[in-house]
Amino acid sequence: MSILSGKKVVIIGDRDGVPGDAIAACAKSAGGEVVFSSTECFV
Amino acid sequence: MKSVIKGTGYILVHTPDMVLHNGTTQTTERIVNPDGEYLKELPKHIRTYEEALSYWPNQVYIGNKTPQELAAVEQPWYDKTCDMNDRFGRFGQIMPQEEFILLMQACDVFELIYLDKDFVAAHKGELAANPLIDETIMARINEGVDKAEVERLVKEEHSEGLYNKGVLVGAVNRAHDIDTNLSAHVMLENIVSKASSVLSLLAAVHNAGIAKSEVEYVVDCCEEACGDMNQRGGGNFAKAAAEIAGLTGATGSDCRGFCAGPSHAIVEAAALVAAGAYKTVVVTAGGCTAKLGMNGKDHVKKGMPILEDCLGGFAVVITQNDGVNPEINLDILGRHTVGTGSAPQAVISSLVTDPLDRAGLKVTDVDKFSPEMQNPDITKPAGAGDVPLANYKMIAALSVKRGDIQRADMMKFIAEHGMTGWAPTQGHIPSGVPCLGFVRDNMLKGNIHRVMVIGKGSLFLGRMTNLFDGVSFMVEANDGKKEEAGVSEDAVKSLIAKAMKDFANTLLAQEEKK
Repeated sequence: MSILSGKKVVIIGDRDGVPGDAIAACAKSAGGEVVFSSTECFV
Repeated sequence: MKSVIKGTGYILVHTPDMVLHNGTTQTTERIVNPDGEYLKELPKHIRTYEEALSYWPNQVYIGNKTPQELAAVEQPWYDKTCDMNDRFGRFGQIMPQEEFILLMQACDVFELIYLDKDFVAAHKGELAANPLIDETIMARINEGVDKAEVERLVKEEHSEGLYNKGVLVGAVNRAHDIDTNLSAHVMLENIVSKASSVLSLLAAVHNAGIAKSEVEYVVDCCEEACGDMNQRGGGNFAKAAAEIAGLTGATGSDCRGFCAGPSHAIVEAAALVAAGAYKTVVVTAGGCTAKLGMNGKDHVKKGMPILEDCLGGFAVVITQNDGVNPEINLDILGRHTVGTGSAPQAVISSLVTDPLDRAGLKVTDVDKFSPEMQNPDITKPAGAGDVPLANYKMIAALSVKRGDIQRADMMKFIAEHGMTGWAPTQGHIPSGVPCLGFVRDNMLKGNIHRVMVIGKGSLFLGRMTNLFDGVSFMVEANDGKKEEAGVSEDAVKSLIAKAMKDFANTLLAQEEKK
């Protein structure tokens, strides 16, 4: 299943939630093109 | 030899003027949007000292209320008045800004802080009346200078102003004309950190019931850096604070790891004591002006008071096993390594379940988990959610996956093994360690037996690595066995005397045979 096929993906992950790298891995596996990925600290 | 938690100190400092002048959300806004609505609205949202005293999470932080009592209060908390509003608590105190500015001057050993003499005269008695402040600290308070001189320093010498109730009452000078690492801005941040660390040290040593002279080593784990242009993070906050606190028998060093710093520092302190290198080590950290009002824009937008108006500080006294106090079990350490990866499952496994597996324990064998303990009253309105709850959900989800608990029992597990956050969003301050005062109390009462403390650090903020960091350790109720550190000097003398006596008797016996 490539639900993000042809889509560009911008990722802002959360240190205390799901980090950017993990979201990026999911997005790529769904066919998305990750153009930006970062993990931020919101506290 | 295991090490034990002999006592803790938790302090807050109400610094409303520092929110306006030193918090980076505000200083940034002053540069990029000086005429914007936020800066105009902000002063209307500043709390009085009395309002900060009667704020539920603050009373929990200093030990007058418990996390359990806080959890029973419906959120939000900012619109509710706590029935306790004492500035002193079981673990420490909430110091007003006036006293703290004087304490900052007492902590300045390079004549960088100049206070308005009228301000000094008006408030010196208040600091002297503080039970933790002795005459050696009071003797460091200068008479002050004319207000005109304070104004000149701020206008002409690049000094940072110190304000109280909107009035300029002091100036922090730069410590070098060119070196940006000794600028007035950096010196103010560092002296604030040092002064709040001093207050934390004094509270912890007092609460532990030990003499200041017993402290042999201090580890500072704040997130500031002190040094000059040739060694920007040279340190050493620990020894600098120990000097003012009167810990004359102590040396020390700094430990850094963003918010994970305190957990790393406690593991290191416990190891130093367990190894016999030092008998009494205190881990300490002062507060951070930059984070004051960090989420202020959202608080103002939602018509709330600025809740990030207090500096935080803590200190933990770690000593040799006395057979009574809670032990730090270094056999059960969680570590997020370079190779762990960033997947949530990998992170929680490395910090929580891997160390439990190594010890043959289940998640449910741990009475309480203490991850990031940020006050959700601050973070939820800003869109960062309930951080402790997010961490507990991760632990619970992994526990379900492992079969330690049933999926239907996740929220029950969180209620029983978690805590509601109460700590100010001062970076390292809420990271795992705010629980230790309550943990010690409850283990001494026999209410709980095993607590895992989890610290996390956002290393990527320093732009040296994309990694984040985490470390966990276990605190356990003492099994009652007092350990002796090796053989005492008296015992050695006794053994030598006995050996010499036996030898002499042998010689005498041989002589008699002849």
